[in-house]
Amino acid sequence: MADTVTIRINGREIQAPAGSTILEAAKDVNIYIPNLCHNEELAPYGACRMCMVEITHKKRVKLVVSCIAEVADGLEVQTDTQRVRNVRTLVMHLLLARNPNHPELRKLASELGIEKTCFDVDFKGCILCGQCVRVCREVVGVSAIGFKSRGDTRTVATPFDESPGDCIACGSCHYVCPVGVIPMEEHDGIRTMWKTEFPMAKCKKCGTYFAPVKQLEHFRKIANLPEDHFDTCIDCRSIKK
Amino acid sequence: MKKLRSAKELASLQDTLRKARDPNKPCIVICAGTGCLAYGTQKLIDNFRDEIKKQKLEGTVEVRTSGCHGFCERGPLVVIHPKQIFYQRVKLDDAAEIITKTVLKDEIIDRLLYRDPVTKEKILYEHDVPFYKKQMRLIFGMNGQIDPSSIDDYLAIGGYSALAKALTGKKPEEIIQDIIKANLRGRGGGGFPTGWKWDSTRKAKGEPKYVICNADEGDPGAYMDRSLLEGNPHSVLEGMIIGAFAIGSSNGYIYVRNEYPLAVTNITIAIRKAREYGILGQDILGSGFNFDVTINRGGGAFVCGESSALFASIEGRVGEPRQKYVHATDRGLYDKPTCLNNVETWANVTLILNKGADWYTKIGTEGSKGTKIFSLVGKINNTGLVEVPMGITLREIVFGIGGGIPKGRTFKAIQTGGPSGGCIPEQHLDMPVDFDELTKVGSMMGSGGMIVMDDRNCMVDVAKYFLKFLEEESCGKCTPCREGVMQMRIILDRITEGKGEERDIELLEWIGKGVIDGSLCALGGTAPYPVLSTVKYFRDEYLAHIRDKKCPAGVCKPLVTYSVITDKCTGCTACARVCPTKAAAGEKKKVHVINRETCIKCGACYDACKFDAILIV
Repeated sequence: MADTVTIRINGREIQAPAGSTILEAAKDVNIYIPNLCHNEELAPYGACRMCMVEITHKKRVKLVVSCIAEVADGLEVQTDTQRVRNVRTLVMHLLLARNPNHPELRKLASELGIEKTCFDVDFKGCILCGQCVRVCREVVGVSAIGFKSRGDTRTVATPFDESPGDCIACGSCHYVCPVGVIPMEEHDGIRTMWKTEFPMAKCKKCGTYFAPVKQLEHFRKIANLPEDHFDTCIDCRSIKK
Repeated sequence: MKKLRSAKELASLQDTLRKARDPNKPCIVICAGTGCLAYGTQKLIDNFRDEIKKQKLEGTVEVRTSGCHGFCERGPLVVIHPKQIFYQRVKLDDAAEIITKTVLKDEIIDRLLYRDPVTKEKILYEHDVPFYKKQMRLIFGMNGQIDPSSIDDYLAIGGYSALAKALTGKKPEEIIQDIIKANLRGRGGGGFPTGWKWDSTRKAKGEPKYVICNADEGDPGAYMDRSLLEGNPHSVLEGMIIGAFAIGSSNGYIYVRNEYPLAVTNITIAIRKAREYGILGQDILGSGFNFDVTINRGGGAFVCGESSALFASIEGRVGEPRQKYVHATDRGLYDKPTCLNNVETWANVTLILNKGADWYTKIGTEGSKGTKIFSLVGKINNTGLVEVPMGITLREIVFGIGGGIPKGRTFKAIQTGGPSGGCIPEQHLDMPVDFDELTKVGSMMGSGGMIVMDDRNCMVDVAKYFLKFLEEESCGKCTPCREGVMQMRIILDRITEGKGEERDIELLEWIGKGVIDGSLCALGGTAPYPVLSTVKYFRDEYLAHIRDKKCPAGVCKPLVTYSVITDKCTGCTACARVCPTKAAAGEKKKVHVINRETCIKCGACYDACKFDAILIV
């Protein structure tokens, strides 16, 4: 089995590693394909549909999402056909109806010549890209949040809308959200997120609040490190004793 | 029950059981499908049994409860063997009379006979009833011959012969060739060639391999799979075991929607009894082949009929489809090679192995072989399940078998393929029904739902109905389906409320195209079809709603007004008596009036009036 395959993107021939996705292959050679739910650290999700491309393989033409579709020898990829643009345009209008003003969305929209949505705005903020849920499950490994309900009532939520029992307040969901709709605040040694207060731990050396207690407890459990490793903040840890 | 250790032992048992069935012995067959049970048939069954006891006829007269007979419009149904006297709309108290008169004295109870609505002729025997006569009930016809909870009944009519033939006389590859030669196409909606699916699964790398029966039947109005699974679960099981053998799988699943309790019960019993006979389990019929089945019940999600969502559901994950460009036959359930087929498809496998691929290809059209079971519902005289050869015309189904439109109304459209399908107007009534022909006119076969509509169905309202259904059932993962279907529904809401705008049709078509192209799975991918097909064939109706703010069919409540036609009203008070809000009122023998403020436009007055004096406009 060959290590690379030959594909063409927008007429340009490139060598791509076998088993890579079309989006990865395009990124490697600086060919831009818009995307919203894609994150290099997470398994591809295929929900936003922005990364849609038109492929021709063995004479058959298909529309696929490039974040999931794999390269194959002889594949022809077109990233901006009429049909593809049509899907992207619809998606942006639909998402802007949920969140009309976020700069990230407006930038993508302006690439398609869209100023504002043609639909009535029903503000939700969240664009259901799923990155928060996915990072919590795949990277953090605690699945403290998930999706609730089905269809257009789907929302990101904590179990039973209560304080998330498994949350370690690491903030990954807040950081990863492309539209910044997961609030996280800190005051006087308390981090507040998901309507829950999480006490922060103080560094034993310098005294600054540096991480939520629950997060450190979690790390202590899963990391094979000395007991006192998480008693100090990162800065103080890197100073040799 | 002794385990059957060889095809010979099976044949011997079949023989014994067949001979034990005395064809001349009086047998009262009562339809106990869900439809008839909803009429209260259980009481009728109990009454029959009580009466048999009372008259000391145990041993002389048999009572058999069967699965659905298909003529649901006329239930409760009772067929008296050996003559096959057909009684319909049987009342729960009729049991004693039927036994005393018909069973014991060969006397016919006139009022229970089916009467042809046109010729007025009274039909005596089941096989002469036009509804049945015009069908080709190769699969469904067996329902009346067996009690679905009895494996012995199934064996007595030759059940499991196909399995014996397959396991002991054929190689797996030969069986796959048979199915390919028969050109069996999936009956669940996709119409994919079953033989090729089996072939791919057999050749795929990975163990264990899985075969699954998709009994999630979610299309509104469709109940073919329910009735098959309720009425003849063994025919489905037999097909699955044959398929598993051909593919090289020892693990089967039946995914059945939880809303089908009788089907769940009957397939559970069937599996238990099959195991007792060694037809499921280790070393089936001494062939060395092992196979068993697990039942998985759905949790109330239409989307779980989609293959990857179904797999997720079985795996214990949320029922959401995955975008996979690798076929399920390579990586499906638990990422292993999986063959998922519909209930009716598995039943067809049994038929093909029994009668042979050559025989099967003689039925149907070039591209669609065999028969299809349709659920014929809506504005139709003979509501029920019909099994017909592919290639029969829509006209023959609607008017020949279906008996036409009730109350003398006019045919307007027939909706096929469930929420993924389209509405077909009158001009196509003479088209042959098969996979490709239905697609050509902008609809699809789907799982076999056929909803007939008359001039009092509003096609805009129909499109809205299907969109609302899909909006609720969408898993919500991908943007085009989740948001696009909702936006289309919002537009249709506006149109049916008299707030439609000139650009709405264009907007619907644009959103529709994006949803079809952009959706992750076929739920979203086909969601716009009911809208697009009604716009194509009934554009005028949309324009009437948008421009004139009128609903020609008189359905969309904000756009219609009910009033009394004074010249025709005789003051009979029929409308006033049925009006739920007392909006329709008047003195006896005096012209009545409908109060617009309190009228809720339910249509009760219209249905009650015998003088055509209610105007809906």
